[in-house]
Amino acid sequence: MKPRTIIEKIWDNHIVAERPGVPTLLYIDLHLTHEVTSPQAFEGLRQRGLKVRRPDLTVATTDHSIPTTPRSFPIVDKIAAAQVAQLETNCKEFGIRCFGLASEKQGIVHVIGPELGLTQPGMTVVCGDSHTATHGALGALAFGIGTSEVEHVLASQCLLQKRSKTYEVRVDGALKPGVSAKDIILSLIARVGIGGGTGCIFEYRGAAVRGLSMDERMTVCNMSIEAGARAGLVAPDDTTYQYVAGRHYAPKGAAWDAAVARWRQLPGDEGAAYDKSILIDASTLEPMITFGTNPGMGIPITAAVPDPSKLSDPVERDSLSRALRYMDLAPGKPLLGHAVNVVFIGSCTNSRISDLRTAARFLKGRKVHPSVRVMVVPGSQQVKAQAQAEGLDQIFRDAGADWREAGCSMCIAMNGDQLQPGEYSVSTSNRNFEGRQGKGGRTFLASPLTAAAAAVTGQVTDVRELMQ
Amino acid sequence: MTKFTAFQSRLVTIPIDNIDTDQIIPARFLKVITKDGLGDALFCDWRYDAEGNPKPDFVLNKPESKACQILLAGDNFGCGSSREHAPWALTQYGFRAVISTSFADIFRANSLKNSLLPIVLPRDIHAELLKNPGGTVKVDLAAQTLTLADGRAVEFPVDEFSKHCLLEGIDELGYILQQEPAIAAFEREHPAAINVLA
Repeated sequence: MKPRTIIEKIWDNHIVAERPGVPTLLYIDLHLTHEVTSPQAFEGLRQRGLKVRRPDLTVATTDHSIPTTPRSFPIVDKIAAAQVAQLETNCKEFGIRCFGLASEKQGIVHVIGPELGLTQPGMTVVCGDSHTATHGALGALAFGIGTSEVEHVLASQCLLQKRSKTYEVRVDGALKPGVSAKDIILSLIARVGIGGGTGCIFEYRGAAVRGLSMDERMTVCNMSIEAGARAGLVAPDDTTYQYVAGRHYAPKGAAWDAAVARWRQLPGDEGAAYDKSILIDASTLEPMITFGTNPGMGIPITAAVPDPSKLSDPVERDSLSRALRYMDLAPGKPLLGHAVNVVFIGSCTNSRISDLRTAARFLKGRKVHPSVRVMVVPGSQQVKAQAQAEGLDQIFRDAGADWREAGCSMCIAMNGDQLQPGEYSVSTSNRNFEGRQGKGGRTFLASPLTAAAAAVTGQVTDVRELMQ
Repeated sequence: MTKFTAFQSRLVTIPIDNIDTDQIIPARFLKVITKDGLGDALFCDWRYDAEGNPKPDFVLNKPESKACQILLAGDNFGCGSSREHAPWALTQYGFRAVISTSFADIFRANSLKNSLLPIVLPRDIHAELLKNPGGTVKVDLAAQTLTLADGRAVEFPVDEFSKHCLLEGIDELGYILQQEPAIAAFEREHPAAINVLA
């Protein structure tokens, strides 16, 4: 048999049917849903008189449109409240487990899947959300889908899919102090561009990836879509198994041993070939920051903002000029020292306990700059509880930051947590598109450490200069 | 769904690369629980000023754009979020096809499920069209051709199954549900790893 990558192995393990002239019918092991991309799918089921085929493999939560104010407060936004209520109605009607606002298991869908042990190596995982690739950190084939496909999975537990190309992202060497998983992925996206992975699935490999914790691997996989890739994954290893062991929905006892034995077969075979490859030397990376209006517009923090007049392609030149106009930035100058109004620490990219620990460690004994508003939004109720047990919430409050309830919050700005027109944020989230964090708002994407540094100085800062 | 028939239309041109779905339909419009009413919010933040008045220089607000059914855009159209609200907004506005040099994967899949045809053209033909932004072209899905104003027919790719579904006006779910025996057989051989109801 031809040597296969993990991507091909998981795909092959989930083929239900292949017919000439029709895409592969692929089985889905775990379907995560939330309030924003599911209501029309449930309505579709109703209109066709269909039921949910496998409620035992389907989980719902509320994350996108919910407030991050105390849970005792009502949802002020009536349209959002109706959407949240609709999810709960749909879950009740179709027999789906919903970790809603009152649940201690509620959280951002891509935080709770791994946290609850729902996401496991070798699975196919889908969700009506493009950051579903996060779950690839556990060695799962996980990808975002639209609402029509949400309906298909609800009805049949299957999807029609075309095989993607395999793309090896090899990160060798070791990260230097002050440089993190977020900087690896921002650097990759800057190198290949935001369409560089279109039609592909990334497999992250190499010593630097092996050395990452599970939380850090999730940060890397999460932003695969920002390079256009359908999914991104890391082959499971002992780090993965240690993470999954003992979680709520993880196998126990003899079933655990059998599962690990199965998972150990997943990593790619010796000699398996990829359609594309890129090599990054982690030891050369610096903290990264974006300057523009898509995640591919990123630079090392000490570098200058690129100059459109130096680009030869007219459309690329226009695109860069347009981005700099929106961001109101001068070309050829570094971002270092640029004033910041808001710092957002959160999102499915960087809201896990290790992200909060990193930010808290830096903020301990320091104060937020008086001109900056800092929001810290844990990824889930469990992350929040853990952070509070460790006293991180107090460190954030003492520093002058706002400690919030779990949700997507200012990453997508659907819930009132947003920038005002013209404001600048340093954000640990995943998208810096025009208006993404609020109409007219301007986003610099960076790591939790770089965000914490900006919180203290009130400007874009090279965190390495403030580290002991 | 209605059958996708051949049609011709003037082009509406937005010559920008990497138009993301947050621009096509900003997230604040995603709090709806139906598919309706999104056409007016299409490209909202490019289309209207802070007071909600149409910006006269934005292409969709120009009188000649009225009733146009084809959007011509730059490379990597539809990148970013998986929101199917993007093709819903485009089709509710009246678009039936988008022309680019490439599309983001999820947007392409979502469009094909909503009778919105993503047409990928070679770079040189695309560049030619950009130079003549108000041109009229003809889309023939059955023949997989785009006929330019000067009469040249350019072929475009589309996968066989999506083409069949579009031309017949059927959706994929019907086909998937017919595979019930294969799905049931797969489930017998592959016991689930989790039971979230337990």
